[in-house]
Amino acid sequence: MGVDKADKKRYINQWEGEGLKEVVSDDFPGKIIPGGNGGNIVVTTLDSVINWGRSNSLWPLYFGTSCCAIEMMQTGAPKHDFSRFGFEVARPSARQADLIIIAGTIVNKMGPVLRRLYDQMAEPKYVIAMGACAISGGPFYYNSYSVIKGADHVIPVDVYVPGCPPRPEALLEGMIMLQKKIKTENMSQKVNPIDGFDEGK
Amino acid sequence: MKNEDLQNIINDFAENIEFSEEGSEFLNVIVPKEELYNVCSQLKSKRDLDFDYAFCITGMDWGKELGVIYHLESTGLKHKIVVKVMTDDRENPTLDSVCDIWRTAEFHEMEIYDFFGVKFTNHPDLRRLFLTPDWDGWPLRKDYVDEANMIVK
Repeated sequence: MGVDKADKKRYINQWEGEGLKEVVSDDFPGKIIPGGNGGNIVVTTLDSVINWGRSNSLWPLYFGTSCCAIEMMQTGAPKHDFSRFGFEVARPSARQADLIIIAGTIVNKMGPVLRRLYDQMAEPKYVIAMGACAISGGPFYYNSYSVIKGADHVIPVDVYVPGCPPRPEALLEGMIMLQKKIKTENMSQKVNPIDGFDEGK
Repeated sequence: MKNEDLQNIINDFAENIEFSEEGSEFLNVIVPKEELYNVCSQLKSKRDLDFDYAFCITGMDWGKELGVIYHLESTGLKHKIVVKVMTDDRENPTLDSVCDIWRTAEFHEMEIYDFFGVKFTNHPDLRRLFLTPDWDGWPLRKDYVDEANMIVK
């Protein structure tokens, strides 16, 4: 699934407003997310301090709906131990969490629950889709009457971790990737990913 | 008790019953649907059969027929049997409920109603169990179509 040209242009246009030139080749496979360069020096410095703090204290909400949850528990267990990277306390309540790790299949009945949990979280909030089911429905893509074909039909997803299930190392990689994304954010230009999500933006 | 002995005892009290052991470790008994309740209550109440435990009740769509498969066990006498019943009527399939013989059948029959649309007469509370109450259709039937949500391959 490629990104169409018009979509790519939208991001490039944003860049051009800030005095940056197009440096993206046509066959680049993904979207380019504006990194927030060229901001005010005081703000950017402050941002990097704040981002450093935010990215190193992400509290995940456990959302284990099937077997990926076992692998997620292992990621939190002593051998892999995601608290080394600041994912210190897994929260049972959405109100106290910054991040949902969707570990498992999302069925039609679970979709509204997932959306509600996401809406209950305080902003800024992030989502990791872990495993084939959360990405695309995975083994239940064909001939299934009950499975949602990807959690990104319900809520916007930041990081996809493929695998069935992914190994703990893969989930850790995805979590560190999310930290890197947070470190490049600019609070004054940050767009809430849920804005326009239901309209298909 | 051996499968032949079970077969003899069942033959004594019921007619029109097919037996088979092909591809199965248990004795398979195919019962006409009119006889189902009668046969099941005899299986439970006869002292030398004493099937007091329905450990699995499954709905089934054979393509043409719809039906139910009962796996029964005697916890005292340690023998097992499989009872199959089917109906040709796909529009309005109706079978007798066995939930006053084995209480556990109450939930199993709700599940079978939920996914196959088999109606059980004399069931106390037949309704959707896993699916939402407004669900349209019977999703585990072979001919189920849902163009919005299903990608058929």
